[in-house]
Amino acid sequence: MSAVRVTGQLALFLLGLLAQCGPALARPRLVVQQIYNAGARSLIIVMLSGFFVGMVLGLQGFDLLQRFGSEDALGVAAALSLLKELGPVVTALLFAGRAGTSLTSEIGLMRATDQLNAMQIMAVDPLRYVVAPRFLGGVIAMPLLAAMFNVVGLFGAQLVGVQLMGVDRGAFWSQMQGSVELNDVWEGVVKSCVFGVACSLIAVHSGYTAEPTAEGVGLATTRTVVASSVLTLFLDYMLTAAFL
Amino acid sequence: MRSTRTLEVGTGLFVLLGFAALFFLTTQLPTSGLKLAGSTAGYHLTAEFDNVGDLKTGSPVTMAGVRVGEVETIRFDSHSYKALVSLRIDPQFDKIPDDSDASVQTQGLLGGKYIGIGPGGSDTYFKDGGRIELTQSAIVLENLVNKLFATFVSKDRDASGAQGSGAASGSDK
Repeated sequence: MSAVRVTGQLALFLLGLLAQCGPALARPRLVVQQIYNAGARSLIIVMLSGFFVGMVLGLQGFDLLQRFGSEDALGVAAALSLLKELGPVVTALLFAGRAGTSLTSEIGLMRATDQLNAMQIMAVDPLRYVVAPRFLGGVIAMPLLAAMFNVVGLFGAQLVGVQLMGVDRGAFWSQMQGSVELNDVWEGVVKSCVFGVACSLIAVHSGYTAEPTAEGVGLATTRTVVASSVLTLFLDYMLTAAFL
Repeated sequence: MRSTRTLEVGTGLFVLLGFAALFFLTTQLPTSGLKLAGSTAGYHLTAEFDNVGDLKTGSPVTMAGVRVGEVETIRFDSHSYKALVSLRIDPQFDKIPDDSDASVQTQGLLGGKYIGIGPGGSDTYFKDGGRIELTQSAIVLENLVNKLFATFVSKDRDASGAQGSGAASGSDK
């Protein structure tokens, strides 16, 4: 029963939020601030993770493909797994941990210290001035982060596959360019956009509805990470099924 | 004032980097992408093939299994109806006899195509712009199976024909 209620709450919250997104965009300064917070400051961790994920893909992919004598397909294998799955999903999980938590605790603390109430008393809509810019910032940042994750990951895979393991560099790139289609790229972009909406929505919602106590803010932060991760993986399955 | 500046520069960098990454993914990965690999040093050879299979630009060129260069361009020659392949050979492999042959081969069972060069016996070597006269096309698996099948069928027919003519003459066409 409570699960149904939370779903309903989330849906209504999303509607209210979308209605405020237009007015929020009229103040781009607030949105830019949030793109910086959610995106630019997650850049290092996302690129670092992407690099290592790519290197692991290069190593594992090489080991696997070598058994079939087709290690030249390493480029294709790495590119497709990064573009379609690992890029969007791992970025979303990192985003939930890095940016989602800070969104939740920030908004939750505003709630706990009555800042949101004060705004309402002054007839300033906190959804418009606090929540919507943060939501938009997350939604805009996510696909960009995922794209950077993919590019860095590809070069990580190339580093291991070509430089360390000795796959032919020309074969690595030419087989990849021969087999990857534009649709594969778009699939990843659509996925990361959806994850961006889902993760940002959960983060701002659980901050906005947090109990106005220190404990409540802590619980809300935990809830953000758990709910975002589970929802990301669930949505990933749905989207993959839809794209196939 | 200073912090606004940092904020704007940081966000701008982030967004530009993000779009650069997206641009890279959409333009470089699909077929039309630029070639990122390798050097451009070395000399060029051309070879004509009846059929190059799914040989691609950037596929390796090997001698005795060792990579000596790569495929630079593949064009269709509308006069001879053949595929005109341009190979770039690395500069240190400058002693390839000019009567060597080139064949399109397959890596592993499912691997990509590459060009193998078998050395000839000539004392003169290929120069830049040289042409490999002896070429062997890609083996198309379907054709091979067809041929094999045809051989079996004709053998079968011969056998049954021999039997037929032995047992009862004239019934066989």
